Amino acid sequence: MQTNSQAFRKGIQHGVPIALGYFAVAFTLGIVAKKAGVTALQSFIVSATNSASAGEYVGFTLIGENAAYIELAIMTLVANARYLLLSCALSQKFSSDMRFIHRFIVGWFVTDEIFGISISVPGRLNPFYTYGAAAISVPAWSIGTYLGVVMGNVLPPNIVSALSVGLYGMFIAIIIPPSKRDKIIAMLVVISMVVSYIATRVTLFAAISPGTRTIFITVVISAVAAILFPRREKEAA
Amino acid sequence: MTHNIYIYMLIMAAVTYLIRVLPLTLIRKEITNTFIRSFLYYVPYVTLAAMTFPAMMDATDSPLAGAVAFVFAIILAWKGASLFVVSVLSCIMVFIIELMPFIR
Repeated sequence: MQTNSQAFRKGIQHGVPIALGYFAVAFTLGIVAKKAGVTALQSFIVSATNSASAGEYVGFTLIGENAAYIELAIMTLVANARYLLLSCALSQKFSSDMRFIHRFIVGWFVTDEIFGISISVPGRLNPFYTYGAAAISVPAWSIGTYLGVVMGNVLPPNIVSALSVGLYGMFIAIIIPPSKRDKIIAMLVVISMVVSYIATRVTLFAAISPGTRTIFITVVISAVAAILFPRREKEAA
Repeated sequence: MTHNIYIYMLIMAAVTYLIRVLPLTLIRKEITNTFIRSFLYYVPYVTLAAMTFPAMMDATDSPLAGAVAFVFAIILAWKGASLFVVSVLSCIMVFIIELMPFIR
């Protein structure tokens, strides 16, 4: 059994690539915030309280358009709806004797990436692992946004381009090892990529926002897979 | 009418937090339904796969660099490289490919 401080340190270690990727992405997000007339400090606070790329992007864009409050609320909900699914999945990962307060704190940090590494921990999730990952990646995200507003386009474009794949490299490192072990997961990964490719490239679907597309693809493919390949209790743990 | 930036910020933070925290706090028991368990088990793999491809090729200046990094990352991950190694080497791969003059 891992102690809390061991879990925290492991979380920091695994959070490093997330932090690097966040920094690069947040930097470009800061440029969007600046265009919308949001100050560096305000964008820092938004990033620290949201930690959501698509959601913040939508938010900054709407703020720039002087949108109605209700519109901002609905679009934030839509852009971030996938976190609802991720949190449902994560709720099953905690030990039943974990203190309840941890659920409120972990809830702050359910990003795609922090979720990705938290859910792939073997066995139960020690919340301190998630805190470790958040302790390094959320500041990187927030500072990245701040610097994006302040410095605009100072980084050479080829560096920005190279940094922008860091997150995706990490996603691949999360989904490939289980695909190697489990043919059903491997098949789902391939199908999801093909469907995502079609949805992005076919004009009919390309008009739908990326966030909504992801939700749709996730719900449909996961539901069909759950019907065709139900997992027995032990496997699904 | 102009809107207050701090109310905007509050709305974003509150909506985002509620989406994340409600399932975590309301679902306290273990779900026993096989369909829901299986569904939730598959969700992360499907989401991450769908978010990675083709977005990885659209993220780089040259789609070819993104595509090469995509294949490279899969090979590295298959061979058991860590999250950090796969992530950093993917970035370096894009940087090298985009240095090549004929890629522009």
